[in-house]
Amino acid sequence: MSSIALKLLKPLGLPDKLNLASLIKALVVPMSGILIFLFIWNVGARNIHTSLGEFPGPTQVYEQGLNLLDEHNRERQKEADFYQRQDDRNAKKLEKNPEAEIKIRGYTGKATFIDQIGTSLITVLAGFFAASLIAIPAGIVIGLNKTLYSAFNPVIQLFKPVSPLAWLPLVTMVVSAVYVSDDPMFAKSFITSLITVSLCCLWPTLLNTAVGVSTISADLNNVSKVLRLSWLTHVIKIVIPSAIPMIFTGLRLSLGIAWMVLIAAEMLAQNPGLGKFVWDEFQNGSSNSLGRIMVAVLVIGLIGFMLDRIMLMLQKKVSWDKTQELR
Amino acid sequence: MATKTHLELTGVDIDFPTPSGPFKALSNVNLKIERGEFVSLIGHSGCGKSTVLNIVAGLYQATQGGVLLDGKEVNEPGPERAVVFQNHSLLPWLTAYENVELAVKQVFKNSKSKAEMKEWIEHNLHLVHMDHAMHKRPDEISGGMKQRVGIARALAMEPTVMLMDEPFGALDALTRAHLQDSLMEIQADLNNTVIMITHDVDEAVLLSDRIVMMTNGPAATVGEILEVKLERPRHRLALADDPEYNHYRAAVLSFLYEKQRKPVEGNAAPVATDTKQNSVAATAEETAAKTVLADEQAA
Ligand SMILES: Nc1ncnc2c1ncn2[C@@H]1O[C@H](COP(=O)(O)OP(=O)(O)OP(=O)(O)O)[C@@H](O)[C@H]1O
Ligand SMILES: [Mg+2]
Repeated sequence: MSSIALKLLKPLGLPDKLNLASLIKALVVPMSGILIFLFIWNVGARNIHTSLGEFPGPTQVYEQGLNLLDEHNRERQKEADFYQRQDDRNAKKLEKNPEAEIKIRGYTGKATFIDQIGTSLITVLAGFFAASLIAIPAGIVIGLNKTLYSAFNPVIQLFKPVSPLAWLPLVTMVVSAVYVSDDPMFAKSFITSLITVSLCCLWPTLLNTAVGVSTISADLNNVSKVLRLSWLTHVIKIVIPSAIPMIFTGLRLSLGIAWMVLIAAEMLAQNPGLGKFVWDEFQNGSSNSLGRIMVAVLVIGLIGFMLDRIMLMLQKKVSWDKTQELR
Repeated sequence: MATKTHLELTGVDIDFPTPSGPFKALSNVNLKIERGEFVSLIGHSGCGKSTVLNIVAGLYQATQGGVLLDGKEVNEPGPERAVVFQNHSLLPWLTAYENVELAVKQVFKNSKSKAEMKEWIEHNLHLVHMDHAMHKRPDEISGGMKQRVGIARALAMEPTVMLMDEPFGALDALTRAHLQDSLMEIQADLNNTVIMITHDVDEAVLLSDRIVMMTNGPAATVGEILEVKLERPRHRLALADDPEYNHYRAAVLSFLYEKQRKPVEGNAAPVATDTKQNSVAATAEETAAKTVLADEQAA
């Protein structure tokens, strides 16, 4: 029994030698936290009555979660059937006349909850990468040059606290004006969400990188000077490694912001994604809506948490200072 | 014999800009150093030893006067004037080997093949007895080992002049004695020109051909120069009772604690300065005693 428990706990990164005390600490305490939360939720939910009925408790939410999965599977089945029928039809056509022209039409079904999760994830990662691609190099350049730093710092400080909701109308207008093409590679809504996310999550990475770069120890700079390292070698061998911890602090903050901003932007702009899902359910106003929204809330939280863990893992991988405790 | 001076500082002044106007740290520093000479700089804390070294390294620019190395003016840092920093200054994300490699790749990128570089890196780490731990990172090795790697890195650049800023300052007496011996061996082999800053009178006498004693700042300059004519190779144990050795020691001590004793009255922080000087004197004496003791035990 205890050996099974040990095996189960291994992937959680728990120490090999588990005594009772550490087992309680590692498992029982968080578990009881969750249980207390579920209890309060349950009791609270029963006492909140909305125009759409009682606020959903844990059980209803669980049911809605299963429902959403079911809907997704049904939709996938429909899609598969659709293509099957089309293939059959085309095959028959070809049998009669090998020269016949074949048309393959795409399936245009409703986006399910799972599809929306996928869309949101792709958008947030794209926006986050775009932002990092700008913020890290810009942070390095600004951090290495005091004049540039003083020049740009006020601008950065000004834009850093701006809410995504303020950017969104501007971005939407600009994207519709500038991004015109007959056969666009990406949907406009995707570009709008991406730019909004980037604009909001750029700043923590930019600032942290700049600070990390500008606080490199004078001794290491002197080593670089004595060796007459070229600018590029200096940046690659000395600047980036010593700024890595700060860069990652920034990246983790940025990714967290990106995820929060994306949901808000999708909701407001009606761009595909989890935000739109929540908004649609809210507009639907069926008796299940609140439960379904609650599923989305939990999923959003879980994904945000997982994104942060992934960044943490990456940080641990590239960090040279193994004694530093990362959490 | 030598037609031209190897390294020459002439009339070096330096002013540091401070909020309350320029601060003259050095004034009219003149010094000539021959090829292969081992010179140490000694003086009270804050007098400007590191500043002199940094000017020779090219990290600071003299406000007036300048430095000539083999007839060429020094105005930027370069690997021919390798520096061993007081706090090792190894890149913490690289292993000992990689730290030396960074320097070797930079200096010999056009003149050595990959295999030759590897051999050269290993050779230099071997010189400082770091073969066994060359693939460890700085946080995995002791302070003395880090300092060794710092020395190996400097040696590997094949510098014309080695500049060492209190290379053993942060080490315990036993480790320091070991490293001093290693340094003397290496110096006997390679015959580098070395300028070393030290606070330790014994270290200065044991290692140097000449000891340059600096006056107190501000506007510090070269006070006296003491030529140490002890036979090489030198053995610390044999020298401990040597009257000549003790004579040199006494000369340096008297310069530091009699001639350059800071006036107590009128000083901004008289008490603090005074205690500091006394404690330095005490440590110097103590270290000497400890070093000898340690060697006796080792023998
Ligand atoms: N970059 C700088 N800006 C302003 N003042 C400086 C600067 N560097 C050194 N000084 C001043 O110059 C004087 C000499 O400093 P320096 O570091 O050369 O002393 P030092 O002899 O090496 O002392 P220590 O033995 O404690 O290392 C000190 O008064 C110091 O405050
Ligand atoms: Mg100093």
